[in-house]
Amino acid sequence: MTLLAARGITKQFSGITALDRVDLDVAAGETVGLIGPNGAGKTTFFNCLLGVLRPDAGSTTFAGVDLARVPTHRRARLGLGRTFQRIELFPGLTTRDHLLVAERARRRSGALWKDLLGRGRPRPDELARVDETLALLGIADVGDAPIESLSLGRARLVEVGRALMTEPKLLLLDEPSSGLDRAETDALAATLRTVQAERGTAILLVEHDVDLVRSFVQRVYVLDFGTLIASGPTAEVFSDAAVRRAYLGDLV
Amino acid sequence: MEELLNAVFRGLSFGCVYALLAVGLVLTYKTSGVFNLAFGAQAFASAAVYYELRVHHEWPIVVAFAVAVVVVAPALGLVLDRLLFRHLRTAPPMARLVTTLGLLVAIPEIVKLGFDQGSPHGSAVGIVPDGLTVYRPFGDVYLSRDDLATIVVTVVVAIALTILFRATSLGLRMRAVVESPRMTELAGVNSERVSAGSWMLSSFLAGLAGVLLAPIFAQVVDQFYTTLVIAAIAAAVLGSLESIPIAFAGGLALGVLQQALAIYLPTNSVLATNLRPSLPFVALFLVLVLSPRLRRRREATDPLAAVDPPPKGLAATERSPVLTNATRVAAIVFLGVVFAYLFFSANARWVNLATSAVVYSVIFLSITVITGMAGEVSLSQSTFAAIGAFGTAQLASELGMSVLVAVVLAACISAAVGALLAVPALRLGGIFLSLLTLGFALFFDNVMTKFPWITGGDAVVPTRTPRPVIGPIDFANDKSFLVLVCVVLAIVGVLVIFVREGTTGRYLDAVRGSEVAAASVGINPTRVKITAFALAAGIAGLGGGLLAMTDEAANKASFVAQFGLFWVVIVVSLGPRTVEGAIQAGIGFIFFPEVVLKLWIPWIVNNVQPWYDMAELPTGLTFVFFGLGAITYARHPEGVLEHNKRASLARVQRRIDARRARRTGTAPAPVGGQS
Repeated sequence: MTLLAARGITKQFSGITALDRVDLDVAAGETVGLIGPNGAGKTTFFNCLLGVLRPDAGSTTFAGVDLARVPTHRRARLGLGRTFQRIELFPGLTTRDHLLVAERARRRSGALWKDLLGRGRPRPDELARVDETLALLGIADVGDAPIESLSLGRARLVEVGRALMTEPKLLLLDEPSSGLDRAETDALAATLRTVQAERGTAILLVEHDVDLVRSFVQRVYVLDFGTLIASGPTAEVFSDAAVRRAYLGDLV
Repeated sequence: MEELLNAVFRGLSFGCVYALLAVGLVLTYKTSGVFNLAFGAQAFASAAVYYELRVHHEWPIVVAFAVAVVVVAPALGLVLDRLLFRHLRTAPPMARLVTTLGLLVAIPEIVKLGFDQGSPHGSAVGIVPDGLTVYRPFGDVYLSRDDLATIVVTVVVAIALTILFRATSLGLRMRAVVESPRMTELAGVNSERVSAGSWMLSSFLAGLAGVLLAPIFAQVVDQFYTTLVIAAIAAAVLGSLESIPIAFAGGLALGVLQQALAIYLPTNSVLATNLRPSLPFVALFLVLVLSPRLRRRREATDPLAAVDPPPKGLAATERSPVLTNATRVAAIVFLGVVFAYLFFSANARWVNLATSAVVYSVIFLSITVITGMAGEVSLSQSTFAAIGAFGTAQLASELGMSVLVAVVLAACISAAVGALLAVPALRLGGIFLSLLTLGFALFFDNVMTKFPWITGGDAVVPTRTPRPVIGPIDFANDKSFLVLVCVVLAIVGVLVIFVREGTTGRYLDAVRGSEVAAASVGINPTRVKITAFALAAGIAGLGGGLLAMTDEAANKASFVAQFGLFWVVIVVSLGPRTVEGAIQAGIGFIFFPEVVLKLWIPWIVNNVQPWYDMAELPTGLTFVFFGLGAITYARHPEGVLEHNKRASLARVQRRIDARRARRTGTAPAPVGGQS
């Protein structure tokens, strides 16, 4: 079943075509990669999906809903979770607080009158769900640590955890390996695989780390200068001569 | 036609001063990233120095001008840069804003303390002799020598500035420094020197504008200056705080428009008497709300910000149950003693002071919500308190409602107004939100309070507000009323804690940290902030209503916009995040001028030495003390009192642990301390 269907997404910035009629599909529970060299339009596409940018043409449907007029925070409620390339966390809060905020947002129980009646404090079942996710990601030991004290690799896992608390149907990861070394990237990939096995969340991975993409996704799209130059099962795409020449060079 | 020309010329001299101020504002914003709310205060400082030297001491014009504008003004700029703003380059925009707010409150009071407090020595004079002499260049057009001098000086300054920015490398370096001081330094520019230069230049412009303005008012009064800067701010915002030529032209246009309006509006109509003085506020409001460029821009962030170490954490809150219980017991004993004193032995004056302190604590809790929790500096909390006070007074005395019902309704009205104001304000965010709320507060203060349907009574006599009666208890008795306001404070305090620990508080923490990330988990940032804004306005309205009951009258003098600024300053410098912080601010606001300055300090001074007999200290020192206290906000965002409290509790905790460790013979576990 198709979860996300982007059709003919086009975006221009003052005459430069950043995206030219890009089609992309993600089925429920699937892992899909979107790769391309710097400046290929990966992040622009990502921002179009999330409503940060409005595409000039094309349509996106997610779980049967047309996203054209849906603001960013509602897309999250529909089941689009995301992480950020440059870490976006909430300074001053602990790891557990980050996940609790997302849990509250998922339940949509944040009415002011409940707070005023003193019923706004975390409940045991919420804390249990948070602890479950912390354990799944292997960051239970830093649950009470202030977020500023975490390494980049673990901070990224907090972002993944925060997104997971909203029970996304599709998790969009924006270059999760950026700033991480090889060992950290491998650890992240292992954790993401566990998450996928446990929760069955579909994942769209926007990435330029070829090894991470190859080891992780089932299908891959290749973007170059705003147009799709290849798509298909990972192994096929990576053996495609055009892709190798245009983008991968001698890396593979 | 001649009438219009007269208005244009008259307006031009206003406009020139606006333009100079606007250019100075843009200049400091562009070169140091600081939007200098204290700019009017700097202008006032130079004007006061010039007035003192020229009128009081009768120095020659050239010498007095040189000292006030060429020496004092740039020196003030240099001092501010060296001591403050240089160290705030990487501080969050809010810290910089609060710092300038503190200066806005403190500088005029320092100036007033420095000069004779007595009666004025005659009207203010301009920078040319016989400034009031009028020329008639053609027809029936009048132009005074003062106006002419203002216009000539402004033209000269405009030409000089154009050359500086267009043709010199200093101008180029100034523009580079604002982008990233450290990046510019990597390119071999001494950014500290450039920034000091631009502060001196802008301060010089402020001083010049201040001295040129003086003859227009014929008096040197600080409120005129802070209010007039609004027009300059509107002009600066017109150029998105970036374009010096647009800011300049905008200032000129505003001055001319203001005078020209007088001709086309029918004389003595409501519009004419109210629209003209309110034009600066209306202009600021419209520019902020309508300008599409502002909506899209974000606060400038340093590209090298990522290399900064993470901000210092708050002082540790971890402490053992023993210590927690000990502090609780101490607090209860202390409060018990205070209440026992107030009820059994204090005179009426002390009971009244305590009541005021408690009521102001309620008002200050609104600042805890909007500034401490939502992270937005709203400068119109005094207006919301005023709405609460006027509403309570009118509902109770005109509609004959029970005053307790009236105060709740008035608080709801205030909350609704807050929510309405929040919609345009939040679209702007950050510093522009502060400017919009400042404009709103001054507009309400200068225009709306003149309408009887707002204030109730007429201009002189405020509306009487009754004290409540519940069953057999009549709260006209001051001691019973004190108990009532304490109960209200306790309830509001607990509610604020509930909100902070509950969903709304968590959402606000998230939105303050990162709006995009908050939206990515499904939080609607705008809605959360509107909630906070309305809640804060409601609390302020409730406090305002209580204040009206305390004074038994809704007195508009208690809610002037300048107080609103000072309230933010005092809460932020003592502890914006906690309920205790607001209560400490309430106590400080009332007891510092009345008790510390009038009783304690003179008593101490007179008892330690026999030579100097000290009388009461001027209350203006309160503004100086807390205004300068706000400067600590950049270093201790949790408030300086809160910071020291936590630090000393952590020290006690370490001592307890060490003693326990000695007794049991084990190494102390690392608890507390600065993390």
